[in-house]
Amino acid sequence: MSKNRAAVLGTGQTHHRAKRGDVSMAGLCREAIDRAMADAKVDWADIDAVVVGKAPDLFEGVMMPELYLADALGAVGKPLLRVHTAGSVGGATAIVAASLIQSGVHQRVLAVAWEKQSESNAMWALSIPVPFSMPVHAGAGGYFAPHVRSYIRRSGAPAHIGSLVAVKDRLNGAKNPYAHLRQPDITFESVQASAMLWDPIRYDETCPSSDGACAIVLGDERAATAVDRPAWLHATAMRSEPTTFAGRDQVNPQAGRDAAAALWRQAGITDPLAEVDVAEIYVPFSWFEPMWLENLGFTPEGDGWKLTEAGATAMGGALPVNPSGGVLSSNPIGASGMLRFAEAAMQVMGRAGDHQVDGARTALGHAYGGGSQFFSMWVVGSERP
Amino acid sequence: MTDVAVVGFSQAPHERRTSGTTNGVEMLVPIFREVFAATGLSKRDIGFWCSGSSDYLAGRAFSFISAIDALGAVPPITESHVEADAAWALYEAYLKIRTGEADTALVYGFGKSSAGDLRRILALQLDPYLVAPLWPDSVSIAGLQARLGIEAGLWSERDMAQVAMRSRRDAADNPAAQLAKSADVDELLAQPYLADPLRVHDCAPITDGAAVVVLANADRACNIVENPAWITGFEHRVDSGQLGGRDLTTSPSTSAAAKAAGADGVEVAELHAPFTHQELLLRAAIGLSDSVRINPSGGALAGNPMFAAGLTRIGEAATQIMRGTARKTLGHATSGPALQQNLICVMEGRA
Repeated sequence: MSKNRAAVLGTGQTHHRAKRGDVSMAGLCREAIDRAMADAKVDWADIDAVVVGKAPDLFEGVMMPELYLADALGAVGKPLLRVHTAGSVGGATAIVAASLIQSGVHQRVLAVAWEKQSESNAMWALSIPVPFSMPVHAGAGGYFAPHVRSYIRRSGAPAHIGSLVAVKDRLNGAKNPYAHLRQPDITFESVQASAMLWDPIRYDETCPSSDGACAIVLGDERAATAVDRPAWLHATAMRSEPTTFAGRDQVNPQAGRDAAAALWRQAGITDPLAEVDVAEIYVPFSWFEPMWLENLGFTPEGDGWKLTEAGATAMGGALPVNPSGGVLSSNPIGASGMLRFAEAAMQVMGRAGDHQVDGARTALGHAYGGGSQFFSMWVVGSERP
Repeated sequence: MTDVAVVGFSQAPHERRTSGTTNGVEMLVPIFREVFAATGLSKRDIGFWCSGSSDYLAGRAFSFISAIDALGAVPPITESHVEADAAWALYEAYLKIRTGEADTALVYGFGKSSAGDLRRILALQLDPYLVAPLWPDSVSIAGLQARLGIEAGLWSERDMAQVAMRSRRDAADNPAAQLAKSADVDELLAQPYLADPLRVHDCAPITDGAAVVVLANADRACNIVENPAWITGFEHRVDSGQLGGRDLTTSPSTSAAAKAAGADGVEVAELHAPFTHQELLLRAAIGLSDSVRINPSGGALAGNPMFAAGLTRIGEAATQIMRGTARKTLGHATSGPALQQNLICVMEGRA
């Protein structure tokens, strides 16, 4: 028996900033929720269930904060589910919310993902020593830099590719009114001149640390047909693998390749580069654009950087990547995956404003987490599948 | 949509302080082996994996990553995690099977409470701006709830002691139980208070433990076990997070979930009540008659592995059906301070 159809009815997000001192955690979530519900033209009585996602609770210092937030999330008297799957959680949250509809249980579901990183210190929260485990104490940049170096060695990519991605994403972010970093004056030269943090990753090639939230209202076929131009779900996929095991390829992880293969199969896509109009890919360090282009199957292994170098991933290119500005422009960790999923939906709904890709009909939303080991992704389209 | 059934259950022994694990996940390896042996399934047969655990209990970020290592997720698996009792992970897995994306699912929960100070850790679930800074611990909050019920005439300290005695004596038949004997009610009532009106016997013990449940769709279930526990109702709801904003002597979320799940007519109910008065409260909220057998396993009062205890209730209730000792049962799980969030899973046999 096949699952029920589901669609995005509306999306919303906060203005992402380094520190949103003007709102509480509840206020931050509600800012995104109110925008999503207005976009979907629904009221609280229309929402059957709430699914919440965020990364580690140690980032804010509140254990299972959705419990205290139940009132602010409009969840009282309803089912409330809390998802936590590392950096991919924003995407996983949207996928779990979709399954509430695809399984025939609910008609309309609110998905919310958030992080208020200024409440705590992410570097500290990620560096707690675990007994009998190798301590990293490096933060994410120090952890991923060796993967990037390995990619450069394996692919023979020229050294400037990372800076090209950074300039493109930050210029895209300058057109996104919600982006944390809006840098219309950024240049290739200014990126190259920025400090080298974790060789080969420079300061300007790194994501910021943000406070922010994202919300999506999903609905079943009946709810979707009542909406002007919903974003129909064509496929969803999740895969996980351990952090370390003999023979593991950290540069091009099998979990990501498997998830992408399942995703394209489900969406009926045989040539992703030709058939996908726009992609929102989780790129926290600029070099991950070419790495994930390969992992997702947009190009053969070793060729991702050529797409980037040719400008194919810029606005107006064959496959615009991260028109929102991506994780490089805003990074409220728990929400970052959902922001990718929401931007993909906004693109096919024609609601992406100044960062709209003309004529986008099929879009990818992608997220990953942990040590490049948790993957979640979806394909949305303007056509009912 | 396909029907879904519980076809396997296994649990780690409930211990006050296990030396068998540092991060909690080593408790999973033996119970995975046990449930695979009982179901005849292997790792490769599982279509979807889902777990419940807590970073705060583990004292680290991403506690579930260690579990991915423990299950040996090579080749990669389709997997998800909830930051809640694994009963909610079971709900996510149940949906996944209903969508047709998986035929089988393996759900697990684990918690090593002995690694920290549980009462204080749970205080961090409260409003971080106005309530948590006062450090109201979980036992004290339960004490307020018990006192409100006593003053409203809903239960007495004697009623509560009877729940404790019955639970711990029933646990004598449960090889996983941590506490499996009890003094008489009069002797219990002679003990001093721990958090007035709660005495030690009114509180669940602090437990290290883990549990695993296997689900299968209609095509697979009957080939795995003779008597699958078919899920006929699966619902959960949450109440307000403001302790002063709800009546602590009732549980609207439990009542609504039980009504929607069709709890009428169950013969056995496994209730996740970490405090004696909460069993009495839950029985009223669900509308269970005196003829319903409550917690034959001993319940959470005999062993309360955090983030696995709710899943364990569902596993125990399913076992009654798989063994043919009951036709309709329910498992209940709770989460949050003073029974804030509640889940009901109703199961039936078709033998």
